[in-house]
Amino acid sequence: MTEGEFHRLIGELTVALDPDTLRRSPLEAVHRAAGASFTDFAGWQMPLRYGSELAEHHAVRTAAGLFDLSHMAEILVLGPEAPAALDRALAGHLSGIEEGQAKYSLLLAEDGGIIDDVVVYRTGPDRFLVVANAGNRDAAVAALRERAAGFDCVVADESDDVALIALQGPRAEEILREVEGFDIPGLDGLRSYRAVSGDFRGHEVFVARTGYTGEDGFELYLDPDAAPALWEALSETGAGAGLVPCGLAARDTLRLEAGMPLYGNELTRATLPQQVGLGRVPVPGKPGGFVGEEAVAAGPAPDAPVLVGLAGEGRRAGRSGYAVFASGDAQEPVGVVTSGALSPTLGHPIAMALVHPRLTEPGTPLWIDVRGTRMPARVVVMPFSARKKKS
Amino acid sequence: MSALHYTAEHEWVAVDGDVARIGITEYAAEQLGDVVFVELPAVGTAVTAGRVVGEIESTKSVGELYAPVDGEVVETNHAVVDDPSLVNSDPLGAGWMIAVRFASLPTMLTADEYAALIAE
Repeated sequence: MTEGEFHRLIGELTVALDPDTLRRSPLEAVHRAAGASFTDFAGWQMPLRYGSELAEHHAVRTAAGLFDLSHMAEILVLGPEAPAALDRALAGHLSGIEEGQAKYSLLLAEDGGIIDDVVVYRTGPDRFLVVANAGNRDAAVAALRERAAGFDCVVADESDDVALIALQGPRAEEILREVEGFDIPGLDGLRSYRAVSGDFRGHEVFVARTGYTGEDGFELYLDPDAAPALWEALSETGAGAGLVPCGLAARDTLRLEAGMPLYGNELTRATLPQQVGLGRVPVPGKPGGFVGEEAVAAGPAPDAPVLVGLAGEGRRAGRSGYAVFASGDAQEPVGVVTSGALSPTLGHPIAMALVHPRLTEPGTPLWIDVRGTRMPARVVVMPFSARKKKS
Repeated sequence: MSALHYTAEHEWVAVDGDVARIGITEYAAEQLGDVVFVELPAVGTAVTAGRVVGEIESTKSVGELYAPVDGEVVETNHAVVDDPSLVNSDPLGAGWMIAVRFASLPTMLTADEYAALIAE
């Protein structure tokens, strides 16, 4: 065991920073009281786990889990030309979404590389909330400001004034309904990727049926001052239903099983949307076009790597950065693992990897070099573990 | 059996005669998180102090098991290979890793010295 090993966590965005420069969640005291272990993530000190990350993972798959995502960046775009500005700034057709609707989208560079992946909520006819990754906050704000400059709208970085709590799992809705003093008039029939406004003891809460776990669930945006009371109310209400607080370790294995890419691992400035299974996100032919449209239309080079899912045997997982080979003794790698773990739900290793485009067919055998040992794997269709349909 | 010795690699060593029983500390287990895979050397393997002799993987990270003494592996814990969660539930007991027969013991950390190390 060495100290260095302890901190090889959660991919590329984990950086060791001076504790004094780390940003802290408005829920930090609540987490400490709950016995959380913390990790440095994208410049924030956030809960890594509270007890067993496997128990947290299973709780989300079978009951519910509560996550503090206050590190995420919230950027408001508002004004009469906000829809047009976002159509220009982002790859998707954001002017086409309705009030109360959410859409996953991409912020691309001119060369088609991914600056960030975002979820955009339309909160009014001329109001949008863009939720960006914590590590990309500055880049996302700068790009949105620059691209919106010619439009009649403003871009406001609200990240410091917004806390985010995610309630995820098959029992999430039932728990949300039982929280005392939490009034959500639009909750009945609220569909996935839709959002409504709620009131928690006098504080407005933006309630979105979105998440990053592959389960049903909600993301709750609110004033940081009210966040501890909501967290505790959810914890108390949900305890009997199996709700547990969950850290970033469980969040990462949950999103991996769900086949959801993570910025910094699968998504980078060097990858085009088509390489990472997001070819349907960009909408060509919008009036005025979007930044990166020409590069997306030209497409990746014929030999550019493509993201695949890999399933292995045994218990040794490939991890981010491990080389992928086409045979047990090949000298030259044909790809690299971007994320990997022993799947808590499936019990075997799973990974996402960028591999040569001729090796993407499901069933293709590949080998992952796990610290000197070639571990056999096969290309599989993602998600690795799909949500069970409600009966 | 005498008091436990510790190493800077976050391992504990219990000496009984000329055999050292070795595991990782509670602190190390907590830092790793849920252990899901343990690989240990075969009985009969000659080991050298300071060299890697095994692997301990958790969901989120990879740790290595170092030999704290020169000697020969005389026993390994099959139970912890079959059920790696023993490392988390009982790191100083059922989660032990290997036993090594040695000729001489190097200087190791006392419990107090180890406590000071992890408090840093």
